[in-house]
This record gives sequence, structure tokens and C-alpha cells, in this order.
Amino acid sequence: MRELICIECPRGCRLLAEKTENGVNVTGNFCPKGKAYAQAELTEPRRVLTSTVRAKDCMVPVKTDRPVKKELIFALMQKIRGAKLLKNAEIGDIIIENIDGEGTNLVAAAPYTAEK
Amino acid sequence: MNRDIVVIGGGPAGLAAAIAAYDAGCKNVLVVERESEAGGVLKQCIHSGFGLTRFGENLTGPEYAHRFLAEAEKRGIEILKNTFVTGLSAQKEVTCMNESGIFRIRAKAVILAMGCRERSKGALNIAGTRPAGLLSAGTAQKYVNIKGLLPGKRVVILGSGDIGLIMARRLTLEGAKVLCVCEIMPHSSGLRRNIAQCLDDFGIPLYLSHTIVEIEGDTRASGVTVAAVDENKNPVPGTEKHFDCDTVLFSVGLIPENELTKRAGLRLDGRTKGAFVDGDRETQIEGIFACGNVLHVHDLVDFVSEEAEIAGRAAAAYVRGGEKQKELIPAECGENVSYILPQSVNKKESGAQKLFFRVKRALKNAVIEAETGAGTKVFRRIAVAPGEMENIVLSAEELVNAQKVKISVRGEQR
Repeated sequence: MRELICIECPRGCRLLAEKTENGVNVTGNFCPKGKAYAQAELTEPRRVLTSTVRAKDCMVPVKTDRPVKKELIFALMQKIRGAKLLKNAEIGDIIIENIDGEGTNLVAAAPYTAEK
Repeated sequence: MNRDIVVIGGGPAGLAAAIAAYDAGCKNVLVVERESEAGGVLKQCIHSGFGLTRFGENLTGPEYAHRFLAEAEKRGIEILKNTFVTGLSAQKEVTCMNESGIFRIRAKAVILAMGCRERSKGALNIAGTRPAGLLSAGTAQKYVNIKGLLPGKRVVILGSGDIGLIMARRLTLEGAKVLCVCEIMPHSSGLRRNIAQCLDDFGIPLYLSHTIVEIEGDTRASGVTVAAVDENKNPVPGTEKHFDCDTVLFSVGLIPENELTKRAGLRLDGRTKGAFVDGDRETQIEGIFACGNVLHVHDLVDFVSEEAEIAGRAAAAYVRGGEKQKELIPAECGENVSYILPQSVNKKESGAQKLFFRVKRALKNAVIEAETGAGTKVFRRIAVAPGEMENIVLSAEELVNAQKVKISVRGEQR
């Protein structure tokens, strides 16, 4: 039995999750998101990673376009720190393609226009 | 210069208010912003968790801001950037300063949307030296996320406010070692989910009922002494722990930025630290409205946007038709309620009215009573907590014969 705090929304439900033969048993969740979160936490925890990449004259916020494996986060941070944004970007434009080897992209979370 | 509406501040509140005023028919709106870009603090809040209520999506701060910036741009709403407002009169004359000099704008209505600032370490009276490396959590956030600079390598955080928790994670991801977060209260002031995803995920300890008793260092911070505190928040001798660190972050609360509000002659509510407003978010001066963190510190930007839209629509109606007929009744804090916003309600309003409030203590199976003098309406919540703003809605029928709205909250200890 594991106690978890759901991170899906500011409500922060206190969850109790237990692995059984048929999967994960979850209680304490207010909505289905909490159940899915607890199931993932006990099997393969994932997080959306947000950070910034260096552009010529500023930092540009970025995020993974879906949750990545928690164990990969520091390795992905290394890649993000090594990246440099050289061209203009809109929100959602891919900055690093397939950053985790599973098809997740790192995308821009703010528009960027290079200064002339 | 003359304007129908001047909005002071181009953060989430100011942008949403300007857009709502424009859509309510007042096209002559000007937003005055002191920074080089609008968007306010959201620009540096690169983490996700914004917009779940508003958009049903999990957005980062810059993405949330961009939605409103794009809407403002689409309408051609003018944002005067790099411009500082230095004065505001009760006659709604706004004094501004920028590169071109000092100038005045005469407005028919003014919307205060200046936001808040962080409580500084100076307010805490910690013993020891004052070396480099002591900064507010928000300053550290700006260094890391906007400037791309790491403010330190070994960090202790005082205060478990959300910005401090978010920065514990952010600094860890960027390669710093966050040694611990100390909170003087027996409970965290941040959201539970931020403790889970910002501290627990990275094994960062949270010491509740602990504070920093001494800061050491000559030119740069070199360490802190942390001690447990008793129920009167006094350090308990013998509980001291020492940490070698080069940086101390302070995440010890936010204060609405109301210098201009006071300059206009408005009194502040000691509980909210903002102006007194009615349901339209109109202050005690006709035609001056307020919204967002300048009015009371919110936990979620989604509610800031909602509140700002109320102020924006009301300001547009004021410009069009003048002060409307109001019969104001007070909102009174009953048991376990620390403040209510708005502080007064217009009982002549044709639609339902939403009242926001905070509780003093965390409770479960909470029963909320709204007593109007003409009846009592009961609401129930699974759980309430001081860090989570609550709201109730009263219909026009429930308010028509009311003399007050007194909100009380009872429940079981959580």
C-alpha cells in the first residue's frame, strides 16, 4: 500500500494505491485522472518536464509535449542544456525531436523572435 | 492624454480586464506596463499547472500569458510598455513616467492591476551577517528562467510557499543541491501537489516547525543554522542543525502592491491587504476598480482572470452609463473565515454573485453557512484549507432581502 498525493490538479487528492494481481487498486481519488496517476506511479512514473533553452539573446521556455519517464529526467536536462535555439519559434514548434527515444518532442512554450 | 479606461499593470489581471472591457464595448482602453513585455510574473513561471479551470488544459505560465496577449493583440488593445505609473489621484488622473518623460493621462475609469511582490528577508529579523547569496525565491526564478543564470550551488530555502517549492525543483534540475526547505508553521503554505512533485520527487527534506536562526558568511553566504520552533514559534535550544550552503532563498509570502491605491486615498483592508471592493470589484472611489493579486493574493491564475473580467466589464459599464444604483450590504467573516472578497455585495444585482473566501484552519467534511438575515444557505465541501481559496454562489433571490452575508465554516479537524 502506498500513500500518494495526486499532482494532476491543485486539489491534490490523497491517494492510497496498492498493486494487486489485476493491476493497481486506487482509493481517495476525486476523478479518473487520480486513478490513472496512481496506476502510473506504481508501474512507470512519468512527468511533464519544463525548462528553458538558450537562444541568442534570451532564454526560451520549453516543455515535453507529453509526460516522460521520471528516471530519464536528468539525462533529458543534459540534452536541453546543450541545445541552442537559432531560429524563430512559435508555441508548439519542435525544439528537440524525439528527446526521450520514445517519440516525445521538446516544444517551445513561448514564441521566440530573434533580434535582428 | 485622455482615455476611457486606464489599466495599471499588464500581468494576467490587467490583460484579462482590458480584454473584457473591450469586449463589453469600451474600445478606448490603455494598459500601462512597467516592464519591457506584458505578461507579468507568468513570464518566469515556466512550470506547468496553469489553466486547468480556465481552459481545461495543463499550460505553462508563458503559454497561459500568451493566450491573453494574443487576444489583446487581436483587438488592437494598446499596451504602453516600459512605463511606470508614479501617481494616481481620486479624480482618476494617472501620472506616468517613461523614456519620453513624465505625463498625465485623464481616465474615465481606472483598473488597478499592479499585482503583488514578495515579502523580503528584511521582514524576518534573522540574526547573522548579510552576505551575497540571500534572495527571494522569485528573484532566483527570474535569474534562472529569464536570465539563464544559476544563483548558487548549495541552497537552503526558508518558507514553503509555492514559489519556493517550484524553485527547489528547478534549481535541482539545473544542477544545484537543495539541502532542505524550512517552514516555521506546522503545515506547508504551498499546495500539497507541489510538495509531492517538487520535493518528494527529488528527495528534498521539508522541515516543518523549523526556521533559520542564523546566517553565516562574509562576502558570500557560507552556511545557516536551522532549529525547531515551539508552538510560539520560538527556537528550541538543542535542536540546531548546521548546513553549509552558498545560497538562501526566501519564500515567505506575498504582499499586494498598493502604493498607488493608497495615493488615490483608498483605505486598505487589513485582512486582504488590498482595497475594499464590492461585487463589481469597484473600490470606494467611484470609477476605480481593482482585480488580481493587488486586491488579494490568489493561489491560481485562473481565478485572477475571472476576477479581472468582472472588473473589466464593470469598468466598461461605468464609462458607458455612470455609477449604477447600488445598495451595498457587508460580507462578514464568521467562524473560521479569515477574509471574504468582495467585502460588500450589491443586493440589487440582477444576477447571481460569487463570494470568494479563505478559511483559517484546514477542515474536512466542511459545512459552509451563508447567513443573510433573510435566511441561511448551506454549502458542503469534502475539505477546505487556508491555502485553497473557496467560493460560494448566492442567487439574486437569496440576496434581495438580505442585510448582510455572514460566512462561517465548521467541520472536522483534518
